[in-house]
Amino acid sequence: MASDNFGSKRIVVGAHYGLRDWLSQRVTASLMALFTIVLIVQVLMPGEMNYDKWSGIFAHQWMKVLTFVVIVALLYHVWVGMRDVWMDYVKPVGIKLVLQVFTIVWLVGCAGWAIQVLWRL
Amino acid sequence: MTEAIKQKRPEFRNIHVSQIVAYRLPPAGIVSILHRVSGVLMFLLLPFVIWLFDNSVTSEISYGMFTTAFAAGVGFIPAWFLKLVVLALIWGYLFHFTAGLRHLWMDMTHAVTKSFGHSSAVATLVISTVLTLALGYKLFF
Repeated sequence: MASDNFGSKRIVVGAHYGLRDWLSQRVTASLMALFTIVLIVQVLMPGEMNYDKWSGIFAHQWMKVLTFVVIVALLYHVWVGMRDVWMDYVKPVGIKLVLQVFTIVWLVGCAGWAIQVLWRL
Repeated sequence: MTEAIKQKRPEFRNIHVSQIVAYRLPPAGIVSILHRVSGVLMFLLLPFVIWLFDNSVTSEISYGMFTTAFAAGVGFIPAWFLKLVVLALIWGYLFHFTAGLRHLWMDMTHAVTKSFGHSSAVATLVISTVLTLALGYKLFF
């Protein structure tokens, strides 16, 4: 490899180097961790756990928006993760494609259902 | 460009499933593979999670169904099995969460020494197991 292999002289092969996936995985994870803490704090607030308290947590508009953002973040996080798993363990292109399509259908279906539950509250 | 393509590039393959038992993984390796296993587990159980969310939050009646499901079962599924699946979810979430924090910590502090990799992996295993046992106790008793 030439010694001037950097900057504009760098030999570029492949599409991208995974920085976007790496970063989005961290950002979405942080969002979900934040959501977890917000939810636990509200569950641990004084008062007996019952339907009114539980559904009341998700009744606030800000909590609906936060939950919605977390659902979308989860969708993307799981997509990146599952795609990595398929890429690592499944070699035949056809089977890999089928599994990736299945993952997308599964995730979009789940996200749609969760959002429906959230907004009919 | 042509120079890069011509070069024989090193090839790294995953270990084969049949080799798994012969490999003695260090704690960091165990944490790594369990991070994947817990992630795939939660991916597969995602509809179940939303079903729980749906029932618990939709109405007073569905909330009642949700709570009796854990006391007396739902349909042909006995309560103990439901709790077992939820326990698997609890483990999956806590493990994935703890192992994820380990990643974030390493990224933020650049703590990439061999000894930190080992100690943080052991800590991940211990913390997630203790939390799972605590919440599992609350679930079953």
